Amino acid sequence: MVMGDLVREVDVAVVGGGPGGYSAAFRCAELGLETLVVDAGRRLGGVCLWEGCIPSKALLHVGAVLGEAERAKEFGVDFGEPRIALDALRTWKTERVVGKLARGLAAVAKSKGVEVVGGHGVFEDSRVLRVEGDEPQKIRFKHAVVATGSTPSPLPGLDTAQDRVMDSTAALELPDVPERLLVVGGGYIGLELGQVYAALGSKVMLVEMTDGLLPGVDRDLVQPLARQCERRFVKIWLDTKVTSLRETGSGIEARFGGDTVGFDRVLVAVGRRPASADLGLETTRVRPDARGVIAVDALCRTADPRIWAVGDVTGEPMLAHRAMRQGKVAAEAIAGRPAAFDNVVVPAVVFTDPEVAWCGLTESAATREGRPVRLAKFPWAASGRAATLGRSDGLTKLMVDPDTGRVLGVGIVGPGAGELIAEGAVAVETALTVEDLALTIHTHPTLSETLMEAAEMLLRPA
Amino acid sequence: MARAFVLPDLGEGLTEAEIVKVLVQEGDLVQEDAPLLEVETDKATVEIPSPLTGRVTQIHVQPGQTVKVGAVLVTFDEEGGRSPLPAPSPTRAPSSSTPPTPSHVGPVAATPATRRLARELGVDLRTVRGGTGPGGRVTDDDVRAAAGGRQPAPSQPAAERPAPAAPAVAKPLAPVGITPPALPKFEQWGPVERQPLSHLRRTIAERMTLSATLVPHVTHFDRADITELDAIIRRNVEPARQRGLTLTLTSFLLKAAALALLEHPQFNASLDPAAGELVLKRYYHLGVAVATDRGLIVPVIRDVDRKALPELQRELAALAQRVREGKATLEDLRGGTFTLTNIGALGGTGAVPIINYPEVAILGVARAREEPVVLEGRIVPRVLLPLSLTFDHRVADGADGARFATAIVRRLERPEQLLLEW
Repeated sequence: MVMGDLVREVDVAVVGGGPGGYSAAFRCAELGLETLVVDAGRRLGGVCLWEGCIPSKALLHVGAVLGEAERAKEFGVDFGEPRIALDALRTWKTERVVGKLARGLAAVAKSKGVEVVGGHGVFEDSRVLRVEGDEPQKIRFKHAVVATGSTPSPLPGLDTAQDRVMDSTAALELPDVPERLLVVGGGYIGLELGQVYAALGSKVMLVEMTDGLLPGVDRDLVQPLARQCERRFVKIWLDTKVTSLRETGSGIEARFGGDTVGFDRVLVAVGRRPASADLGLETTRVRPDARGVIAVDALCRTADPRIWAVGDVTGEPMLAHRAMRQGKVAAEAIAGRPAAFDNVVVPAVVFTDPEVAWCGLTESAATREGRPVRLAKFPWAASGRAATLGRSDGLTKLMVDPDTGRVLGVGIVGPGAGELIAEGAVAVETALTVEDLALTIHTHPTLSETLMEAAEMLLRPA
Repeated sequence: MARAFVLPDLGEGLTEAEIVKVLVQEGDLVQEDAPLLEVETDKATVEIPSPLTGRVTQIHVQPGQTVKVGAVLVTFDEEGGRSPLPAPSPTRAPSSSTPPTPSHVGPVAATPATRRLARELGVDLRTVRGGTGPGGRVTDDDVRAAAGGRQPAPSQPAAERPAPAAPAVAKPLAPVGITPPALPKFEQWGPVERQPLSHLRRTIAERMTLSATLVPHVTHFDRADITELDAIIRRNVEPARQRGLTLTLTSFLLKAAALALLEHPQFNASLDPAAGELVLKRYYHLGVAVATDRGLIVPVIRDVDRKALPELQRELAALAQRVREGKATLEDLRGGTFTLTNIGALGGTGAVPIINYPEVAILGVARAREEPVVLEGRIVPRVLLPLSLTFDHRVADGADGARFATAIVRRLERPEQLLLEW
C-alpha cells in the first residue's frame, strides 16, 4: 500500500514521544485538540524511560541495596557475598520496570485518543510533516511541537565508535560487568553509572576534565559524594583529559595525563546535545543555534508561529521534569489559554549515594553575581534520623533573601535528598519565608526536619 | 530622508487601535493619501492614509496587534519635499517577544497560582508594587486590586435623594465596581475552547457592563397602533423606490422619537454624577443600533428633529451601508443623545435593551403584527408595534417614562403629526 501521498490533518503533531512530547500530547488531547505523536521507536517514554532516568534509577536501587547489605555488617548483620545473576537483573529492569511503565503510558495515550505513529518526522514546511520509516505518511498540522530531546555527546577528537566504548544508552543495556571500567566525565551521568558498575563489582576509574566532580554545584554539597566516590572507585583523576582511546586484542587502552592504562570498557559521559538536526527545520522559520538549541519564549513558541518546542531540544537544563512542564505549557498556549513557563525553580537531583539535590539560587551563583544572601547550613551530624540510618554525612542548606527572609534556594546532600528537595522546590516556587519553614511542624524523627532546623538557625539572634 | 509615521491621535477618548490590515509592503512606493493601513478602534474601522509620497522602508506592526497612539507604524524614505508627519514618538510598538527579566532582580515573589491569576487578568506582575503577603509576596488580592477590581460600594438609601423644593447641592455619587468571582473549571465537564475577544466585542462588553452596573434601568412597555402609518409606507414604497429611496419604518420611528424628545428633554440628557447635575442636550442626534458580522455598532444621525423624512431615510441607508462595510468614520459613531434599536427584522415579541451609556434612554422596537383589536365594540384587524422604552431611573421616574412613551406612540398613531410638526 502506498501511503506516501495520504495527507492526514491534525490539530497538533508532536515530534518525539519523550516526557516533553507525551506531556504536550496528553494535555492537548485533554483540551479537545486532535493530537498525534510521531516517534522513531513508535513508543512513548523517550530517553527518560527507555535509556535514561528510569533504567538508571532501577540499577542504582540495586546498587543501594548492595551497599546497604554491605553496611549491615557494621550493625552485626552479614548477608555474605552477593551473587548477581546479570540476566535476571536485566530482565527485571527491562520487563518489570521499563516495560510496566511503558504499557502504562501506552494505555494513557489510548484512553486520551492520542495516536503514536512510528517513524522519523521531517518538516516539509510550516504546515506539513513527512513521516519516514515504518509508517510513511504526510501529516498536515495546525501546530507542531518539536520534542526530539537530546543524544549523548561524543568525546571530541576521539574515535568512540568502538565496541568497548559505551555511551550512557549502551551502559544501561548492561552488556556485562567489566572488570576494569573507565568513566570519562565526572558529571551526574558518569557518577551515577560509575556507582552502578562499582556496586556490581567493576573496578571503576574516573577522569574529569575540570578541577572537581559535578562542576557548577556548590562544593560543600559535592564533598560528601566525592568522599564516597573516592572510597568506591579505584581512582579519580581531576583536571585530566583523555587524549586517545585504542582497542587492543583483549581490552582498550586509554591515554590521559601522560599515563596509558588498560581497561575492559570505557563509558563516555561528557554531556548531551540537542537533537535538532535532520528534522527539516530549514524548511520552517525555526533556526537552531550552533549547538543545536531551539530558542523558545515563555510560551514555548519558536520563531515559527506554528511550531513550538519543549524539552532538551530547547537547551539546558536538560531534565525530564522541565520538559514535562514545558509540554503542558505549550499545549495550553496552543489551546489559547493563559499559560506560561514562568517557573522559578527547576530542581535538580543526582541520584548517587549520597544523593545531591538543589533548587533555585545556589551559593556559588550568589557569590558569582555578587548577590547578598543569608546562608544556613545544617549538618546532618545533628539529625537524629540521620544517626539511626548510620548516615551523618549529609548537609541541608538554605539561601535566603536578607531583606525579606524569602527562601531563594535550597541545597541538600545525603540519602533521600532527591525526595527532600521537593519541599525546597515548593518553598522557593511559592516564595515562602524562612519563618514559614521554621513554623511548619515537620515529622520527628525524619530527615525533613533538617529543613526546619536550617530555617530556625536564621531566626535565632546572631 | 527616513521619516517615522506614528499612529495619529484618533479623537476623544481613543488611545489605541488594533491593526486590521497592512495595505502596503516594505519597498512599496506610495502616494500621499493612498491607504496605508486599516485599523479598528473602539468605535470603527478606519483607513489610515499615507501622509506623504515616498518609499516604505520598514513596517513596524502586524495585523492583530494593538498599538497606542504615538507608536511607530511605518518608516518612509521620503522622496517628495513635504513632510507633514507627526514627530516620532519615543513610545515603541509593543514587541511580540517577552522582555527579558533583569537577572539581579529575580522572579516576582508570588505563588504559581497567583501568577496564573495575573496572566488571566492581564496583570504584569512586575508592575505590582508592594505585595501585601509575608516577605512582600504578591497575593491574589494584590493582583485583583491591580486589575482594577473594587469591592461593591454600599448602596445609597433612596431617601437621601433631595426633595424637589430643597436647594440642589452638587456632590459626587459613589463609584460602582464589582469583582467577578473566578469561573469554575469547565474542563471537568467536557472540552472547552478559549477565544480571545475582538476589539469590538471587548468594547461592547465593557460598555454594557458599565451601563448595566451603573444605571438603575427601568423599562416601560407599550404598543402603537400603526395601521395608518403602515398603509402610508406601503402606498409610498414604490414611488420612493423610483426616486432611489428605500422607505422603512425606522425613519418614522426616528422622527417620532426626536419630536417626543423635544417635549421631554430629560430623556435627551446625561447625568453627571461627579457634578450632581443633569446635562440637557439642545441637539437631537439619534443612534441606530446596526447588527454587523463583527458585532453591534451604533451610527448616529445628526439633528433628526430638523430633517425631513426623505432626508432621514437617505442618510440612514448610506450610514448603515458604511457601517456594514466597516467604513464608518469616527464622526459617524460619536455624539449620540438617544438610541433606537429595531429588532423587528429578526423576530420576537419584544426585548429589554440596555442603555447606551451615558445616554438616558433607549427605545426598543419589535416586529409589527396584524392583531385582532376591539374598537368601538367590534373586533377589527389592526397593525400593532410593540415598543419597550428603557430609561435611567436616576433621571426619570416611571410616570415620566410613560408620558414620554405615549408621546412617541401618539405620533406613530397619527402620522400626519410627523409631517407637520417641526
